[in-house]
This record gives sequence, C-alpha cells and structure tokens, in this order.
Amino acid sequence: MVPISHAIALSALLFCIGAAGALARRNLIVILMSIELMLNAVNLALVAFSRQWGDIAGHVFVLMVIVVAAAEVTVGLGIVISLFRNRESVNVEDASLLRW
Amino acid sequence: MVNEAVQSDLLRWIVALPLIGALIHGAWLALVRRPFSKGLVVAISCGAVIASFLLSCVALVDLGGRPEGERLLVDSLYTWIGSGSFGAEAAFLLDPLSAAMILVVTGVGSLIHVYSIGYMNDDHREDGGFQRFFCYLNLFTFSMLMLVLSDNLVLMFLGWEGVGLCSYLLIGFWYSDRFYAYCGSKAFIVNRIGDFGFLLGIFLLFWSLADAGAPTVSFRDVQAAFPAIAEQTLRLPEGLAFLPGAPDWKLATLIGLCFFVGAAGKSAQLPLYVWLPDAMAGPTPVSALIHAATMVTAGVYMVCRLGFLYDAAPGAAATIAWTGGATAIFAATVAIAQTDIKKVLAYSTVSQLGYMFLAAGCGGYGAAMFHLVTHAFFKALLFLGAGAVILATHHEQDIRKMGGLRQRIWRTWVVFGVGVVAIAGFPPFSGFFSKDEILLSAWAAHVPGHRWLWAIGLATAALTSFYMFRLFFRVFHGQSRMSAEQLGHVHEPAATVMVPLYVLAALSAAAGLLGFPQAYGDLLGIPDSNTLANFLAPVIGHAEHAVEHSTEFALAGYAIAAAVIGLALAVVLYIQNPALSGQISRTFSAPYRLLLNKYYVDEIYDAGIVRPLVRFSDRVLYRLVDALAIDGYAVNGTARAVRSLAADSLKYVQSGLAQGYLVVMLVGTAALVGWLVL
Repeated sequence: MVPISHAIALSALLFCIGAAGALARRNLIVILMSIELMLNAVNLALVAFSRQWGDIAGHVFVLMVIVVAAAEVTVGLGIVISLFRNRESVNVEDASLLRW
Repeated sequence: MVNEAVQSDLLRWIVALPLIGALIHGAWLALVRRPFSKGLVVAISCGAVIASFLLSCVALVDLGGRPEGERLLVDSLYTWIGSGSFGAEAAFLLDPLSAAMILVVTGVGSLIHVYSIGYMNDDHREDGGFQRFFCYLNLFTFSMLMLVLSDNLVLMFLGWEGVGLCSYLLIGFWYSDRFYAYCGSKAFIVNRIGDFGFLLGIFLLFWSLADAGAPTVSFRDVQAAFPAIAEQTLRLPEGLAFLPGAPDWKLATLIGLCFFVGAAGKSAQLPLYVWLPDAMAGPTPVSALIHAATMVTAGVYMVCRLGFLYDAAPGAAATIAWTGGATAIFAATVAIAQTDIKKVLAYSTVSQLGYMFLAAGCGGYGAAMFHLVTHAFFKALLFLGAGAVILATHHEQDIRKMGGLRQRIWRTWVVFGVGVVAIAGFPPFSGFFSKDEILLSAWAAHVPGHRWLWAIGLATAALTSFYMFRLFFRVFHGQSRMSAEQLGHVHEPAATVMVPLYVLAALSAAAGLLGFPQAYGDLLGIPDSNTLANFLAPVIGHAEHAVEHSTEFALAGYAIAAAVIGLALAVVLYIQNPALSGQISRTFSAPYRLLLNKYYVDEIYDAGIVRPLVRFSDRVLYRLVDALAIDGYAVNGTARAVRSLAADSLKYVQSGLAQGYLVVMLVGTAALVGWLVL
C-alpha cells in the first residue's frame, strides 16, 4: 500500500512541471501538453484522496476531467491549426493582437 | 365620543365605482389609444357616478334609521401601512358629517357629469378629449370621496393629493394653450405649500400623541386620545417672541395652525388664494365641480372634522376666523371690478369660502357645513349657468360684450337669477339661511373682536349682493353690446345642459329648509326645525348660542338690509343709469384700477417670490449646483478621471500575451489558497 503522501508529492511535482512548461515554453503545442500534464496531476490527487476516504466521488470527478480535457485539446489543437494557417507560426508571442 | 361602529360593505363601493370608471377610460386610452364612442363614455362615467350617488342615498337612509348616538358606519378594507407603532388602515368612516359631504359630492357631481355631456360635446380641440375629460372627472370624484370618507388622516391626505392632481389635470385640460398649462401648474404649486402644512400637522399630531402613549392617526382614536395632549405647551424659540401668546404656545394651537395652512391652500384663503382665479382656465364644468362645489371646500370639511382640536386651541381658531373674514371681504371687493364672467364667480367663491372659515373659526361648524352645502348648490348653479351663457354666446366670457341676453335665453335667465338671489341672501332662498347662521355664530362667538367679524360679514354680504346683481344685469339686461350677427347666433343650450340647471335651481331655492333656524321654527310651531344641525350635532356638537330670538331676528333684518342695499346700488348703476358706473370708475380711477388689477397681488407675488425664486433656481441651483457641480464635477468628472487613468496607465495591463495572464492567474490563485489555508 503506497502512502497517500507519495501520491500527493508526485501530483504536486507533475503540476509544477506542467505549470513551468506552460509559462516558460513559447510553442503552443507544448503549452497545450503542459496543461494536460497539470490536469492529470490533479486527476492523480483526486484518485488518491478518493481511495483514502473510500469515496467514489473522486473517481467520478476524474472521469469528468478526462472528458473535459479531451474536448479542450480538440478545440485547442483546432485553434493552433487555424493560427498556423494564418501566420505560419505556432509561437504564442505571435498571437498577441488582442490588446490595447 | 367613540361609539361602537357597525361594519358596512356599502362604503367601499361608493368610493370604488368612480375609480373603476376612471380606470377603464385610463387603461383604454393608454393601451388602445382609440377613444370609445361618446355614448359608451357617457354610459360608463355618468353611470358610475350616479350609481355612487344612489348608494350614498342608501347609506344615508341606513344611517338616518339608527338612533342618534349610534350613527356610525365603518368599512375596514385592510391595513394599508403598518410600521412599528405607526399604522394606517384603508378604512372608510361614515358619520353624519361625511354623509353630508358624500351626498354633495356625488349629487352635485352627477349633475355636473350630465351637464358635461352637453358642454364638452362640441369640443373638437383634440382627439380623445371627450373620454380623457370624463376619465379625469371620475378620478376626481373618486379622490374626493376618499378624502371625505377616510377614517384616518393619512388616507385623507391621499384623497387630498388626488383631488389636487385632478384639479391640475383639468385646469390644464386644453394644455396646448401655454397659458392654461401655466395656470394648472400654478394651482398645483400653490397647493403644495398648503400640503406641506397639512403633512407637518399630521406629523406633529402623531408625534405628540405617540409621546402621550397613543400612537394613532384614525380620527376617532385621535379624538379619544386628544385630551391627553390638549393642555400641553411648548416654548417658542427666542426669535419668535413677538408672536401673541409667546413664549409658551399650546401644542394644539401649533398643530391647528399647521392643518390650517393646508386648508388655506386647498380652500383658497389669504394668502394662498391666488391659484383659484387662474383655475378658471379649465372647462366650465370643472370650475363648477372642483373649484366651487367640492374640492375647495375640503379645507372647511377638514377644519370641521378636527373641530375638537380647534375647540382646544382658541389661538388657532381665532386665526382661522380672522383669515376667513379678511379673505371674504378682500375677494368680494375684487369681484366688484372684474369683467370676466368666470373671474367674478371665482372671486365670489374665494369670498364665500372665507365666510365658511369665518364660521368655523367662530366655532360654528354647523353653520360652516350648512353654508358649504348651500354654496355647493348655488355656486355650481351659477358656474353652470355661466357655462350656458358662454355656450350660447360661442365662448364669449367678457361681460362688457354681453347684455340684453334675457330675451334670447330666458330659461337660462331664470335659473341664473335663482342662483344670484340665493347667493345674495334674499329670503327664503338657501343663501339667506346659511349666511344668517354664519353671521349669528360670529355675533355670538368668543373669538377676540367677533363683533368686528360680524360687521365684516355683513359688509361682505352687501358687496356680494352688489357684484352678483352687477354681473346679472350686465349679462342679461340693458342694451346688448354684441354685434347683430353674434346676437343672432345666441341660442338656448341643449337639454343635457339645462336639466342639471333646473335641478340645481330647485335645490338652491329650497336647500335653506335643511337648516331652518329654530327661532323661526318656534314661531311656526315646528320642533327641531334645523334638520341639518340636528343631524350633524353628534359629530360637531351644537352651536351654543346664548342669543335671544329677538336678537336673531334683528340680525336677520340687518342681513336682508345689506342684501337690499347691494341690489339697489346695482339697479341704480347698471339699469337706471348705466353711464353713471363708467363715470364713477373714471372719477375714482386709482381705486378702480387697484380693484381691477386685483390689488396687484399676482404682480407682488411675482416680483417678491416667484422671480427671485426662479432667478435663484436658474443661477444657483441650475447653473451652479446642477450643471457645474453635479453634471460637471460629480458625473462627468468621475468619467473623465476614470478615462485618464485608464488611458495613461491601466490599459497596459491588457498586454495580449496569454502567458502573462497565466502568471497573474497562478500567482493570484496561490495567494488566495495561501490566505485560505494559512
């Protein structure tokens, strides 16, 4: 039996890696992947707590998150492709027209 | 005295029927915008008011069938306002006093509704005017019934404001004429001054009663609780030490004066009478109903209703009596020189209202109510008669351009003559009895200088007789001063116009029998001859005249002499020697012009109050406070400050870099979580 602290530590680590990736990288596809990583870090924590308390609600949440994440990736990749067609670039800094 | 009251569901219908009529018209005009046919308008409006009148008669019969001490019907609908110790019921109260009033309101109101059918029929000035007119008339009847039937001061105030609103709407009925619209506003604004006094009176009365442990606004409870505060006094501020009775005033005096300010505004007493002559801008049936018979008597009704308060406040009562007397003679002198047929009647109304207040201030509430009733009949008759003349002459109102109309419209001549004789106070017409009772109550009063008040009343009676006969002779007698063509078009008005006149003429002639004085009754062997006074006595008490019958007859003799003098003067000046009146006005041109221009009161008010106020409003309130401070600094200043802040610095927050937003979001979330956890 793995103690919950391990699972939480792993989850925190994954989340931080994801956040760092989302902040530091300029490639939109990599940013999307980093966001997936953060979502899955949260999923891991949810499953761990669900098991800890013997409550099925955590599992249900995880399934919901997976569905939403799939939808989010679909839309995100769609935007990336559309951006690439217009600008021939997937750099996030090239998509900063919506400003003052 | 507080009696066990009997619940009667009838009262709510008396009030509600005219409201339903007004709502049907109002909703239809506002939503559908195509007026009903005239027949339907008449059926709804006149039907509602006449039904209300019939119900009032039923209620009166019910009331009269009860023993004297138990004549009290109430109709409690629901608690209108409830807040802490303060509460106002939506409840109606029918006692002999309000019974007399509702009969006048619905009775004269019905006649004037019928009259209006004929009078407004040829009004083509605008679309929907016919229905709009009847909508307002019904709304007025509703408000007036609320006023007189209300069981408490707050509900009375609602009716009080309602009649004011309807008065404003109807004076400015032909609003496309700027002057008429101005007259409506004038009436409304002057009335607001009075309403302010009325409100202060309610507050002060409630406040002092609540202090004494009886927080109430209902008339019966107020009357029951009033002795607790009747003898309280309050200290006047240093600056007011010059007032009579200073430094300690009775609380009741102050309350009474506040209420009287309200009454003076609504009932056109000095110094707030100026709106009533201008109110003649409205259609003539409106002048008859609102500005002669009913609304303007609301102040008199209120003073009678609060008679218990004024009995405990001799200072306030004396103020009322003297204000009334001053108004009576002041307005009567103005009426002498006026040339507009409706203006003469308007000043006559002011004068007669002064008469009623004279009586009420002298403690003669019965006399005031009696004169209120008879005045409602003969003044409505005179106004409607004037309306018939105006119709007959195709909207001519200047009596200098009339004359010799008797041959053309002799039916109108007869009914108008009855009204003139009644108001002039010739026996046995109604005005004689009611005026006599007022003079008697002034003679026997305890008010300081009451004999002078009596003399003023007598002089006013002579003046009244003079100016009414002057009007009558100038309009109907002598040589016609109209062009032959104009004269050829003069014709007797339609039947709907004439029938109400006949009814009112009969009432004006006979209504004196309602208050047939006991002195005459004893002579003829009739016990309890003064029906009205006996009927009203449980509410407002009997006037205690310590006057011999012989004195009473002597006073009546003086009154008749005064009326005859007025008549004789008018005959000499306007029938026998018409040139003489012109000579007199030229010889005494300064006093004549003073009267013709109504003592320049409007001009004085204009220069002393209206213009400074308008200038102050324009320069300070409008340009400085509103335009500069509020619009400039507060509203636009805020907008400008926000704009410059945003334009210079805040906008750079919106960088367009998604990762920048992400940083802010993460830091913010972390901070929030940290704050929640730690």
